[in-house]
Amino acid sequence: MEPENVDVMVEDIVTPENLVYRKPSTLIDVEFHYCPGCGHSTVHKIFMEVVEEMGIQNDMIGVAPVGCSVFAYHYLDVDMQQAPHGRACAVATGIKRMLPDKYVFTYQGDGDLAAIGGNETLHAANRGENILVIFINNAIYGMTSGQMAPTTIEGMVTTTSPYGREVKTMGYPLKFGELIAPLPGVAYVTRQSVHTVQNVRRAKKALQRALEYQKMGLGFCLVEIVSNCPSNWKMTPIESNKYVQNVLIPFYPLGDIKVPEVKK
Amino acid sequence: MGEVRLMKGNEALAEAAIRAGVDAYFGYPITPQSEVIEYLSREATKRTGMLVLQAESEIGAINMIYGAAGCGKKAMSTSSSPGISLMQEGLSYIASAELPCLVANINRGGPGLGTIQPAQGDYFQAVKGGGHGDYRLLVLAPYNVQEMADFVKLGFELAFKYRNPVMILADGALGQMMEKVELPPQEPRVHIEYPWATTGKPKDGPRRVITSLHIEPEKMEEINLRLQAKYKKMEEEEVRYQAKNLEDAEYIFTAFGLVSRIALKAMDLGRQKGYKIGWIRPITLFPFPKKIFAEVSEKVKGILDVEMNSGQMVEDVKLAVCGNTRVEFYGRMGGVIPTPDEILAYFEKMFIKGE
Repeated sequence: MEPENVDVMVEDIVTPENLVYRKPSTLIDVEFHYCPGCGHSTVHKIFMEVVEEMGIQNDMIGVAPVGCSVFAYHYLDVDMQQAPHGRACAVATGIKRMLPDKYVFTYQGDGDLAAIGGNETLHAANRGENILVIFINNAIYGMTSGQMAPTTIEGMVTTTSPYGREVKTMGYPLKFGELIAPLPGVAYVTRQSVHTVQNVRRAKKALQRALEYQKMGLGFCLVEIVSNCPSNWKMTPIESNKYVQNVLIPFYPLGDIKVPEVKK
Repeated sequence: MGEVRLMKGNEALAEAAIRAGVDAYFGYPITPQSEVIEYLSREATKRTGMLVLQAESEIGAINMIYGAAGCGKKAMSTSSSPGISLMQEGLSYIASAELPCLVANINRGGPGLGTIQPAQGDYFQAVKGGGHGDYRLLVLAPYNVQEMADFVKLGFELAFKYRNPVMILADGALGQMMEKVELPPQEPRVHIEYPWATTGKPKDGPRRVITSLHIEPEKMEEINLRLQAKYKKMEEEEVRYQAKNLEDAEYIFTAFGLVSRIALKAMDLGRQKGYKIGWIRPITLFPFPKKIFAEVSEKVKGILDVEMNSGQMVEDVKLAVCGNTRVEFYGRMGGVIPTPDEILAYFEKMFIKGE
């Protein structure tokens, strides 16, 4: 359908009374390098909305290790350190122990957090490091173009499991949240997604809760976000969101895995 | 005179770290240097509030240093050869991100798990970079327990001056042996706000990003050129060495660390027999004291380099003398410490009887 009045300029529409969507001030106003439809952009935005709403932009240090989101510091307008592959939780430990009053977070993919960085993540969790770990689980290595991840589900095709992940030889997909949840140092483990508007809102709420828990000094918080990878899954963004819903979420069920008892 | 104590090298290093106002130590036990983390665990936190954290691995430890150093804090670790190998990834990142830190390698015999006895087989690893990419550590080689203590403060001064990792390259004997040491006075731990440090985005300025990632080749080359300019400046300004009897020397004994003391004794024994031997001990292994070797190479008949390895520093000696004089090497490996007598005997075999 053609617009009725083609003379209406975009400036006439973008007025305060019409504003229903905006980037938070804590997100740098540049184009994302992420592929169209990728969940990273959504998570960046809602996380920075939380940071803006909580007013903690100047009290925060983030860690971006290797993966698609290594360039998170191009977008998140907070102090950032880029970490070696898998070492984000160790780097974050160094930061948080030096600056315990600051909010410290890592932003890691599945290969980074659960494969090469499994030891660093596990031990930071077990020490109860008072940090937030944002864990983007799209079941594949994105940055290196689609290899098998520790979270790749059984039968899933990747460039290094071209006939589908065979658990007998390639091992089983790893549920890292469930793995660390029983540790006493771990305060909060939740699994969310950003493939629907409703899920985006829930994920945002989870990120906010995790930062509030950090302020209370409760310990290690893991917010896992089951996300998509349209490029390496070789799907359209819409198809990839359906795959999240129909294939990944049944294996990685959403919801809180561990919630701290907070005294009111 | 400051407080004097009889201490192991490892303990002296630990005590000096407390007194230098170091903010954080991250480490993992490994023989022959576990006394450092044990001593600090007993003493440091209660005295200065210094953080002492036993990491899950040396990989964890060096990355905790990365995080702490990135906040502008004085952070350090110590380890021994296999553990230092695990730190190489982190050191490469720290060098590239231009963060200051101090790491001591109490070198043991290798390769592999090797032995827990003293060795100098990690010279190449320490001096030539160690990890991936074109970078250098500034490397200090103590030769007694006093310098095990003194080089902590010096190491941090250099690390912050150049925003570069500094390594103390010692060996298992220096770590374990006890000597008299005069301890420096206690300095307070102070927080300095560095413009590059990530301590929370300033309200009135841009965010700080600490990274070693530069995808554009021109930008990455620019970073490399900046690093190389820094290393060149170190070569111009930070060379340290000690020398004896160069005035009349016809031969030079050279060695670093503990072995330099043995070589010094061998020089004395040789002088008693009438050989005009001088002695050069590089204190900075990078930057290497090329100039003094180039100078003496014009007038001596030969240089004997002694190391507890298969011949590593000798390559830098040869580069420095550039064929001007004969350079011979004597080494022991696997934790065997050479004696003054065998050094002198080798010298006589190569330089005197051969003449």
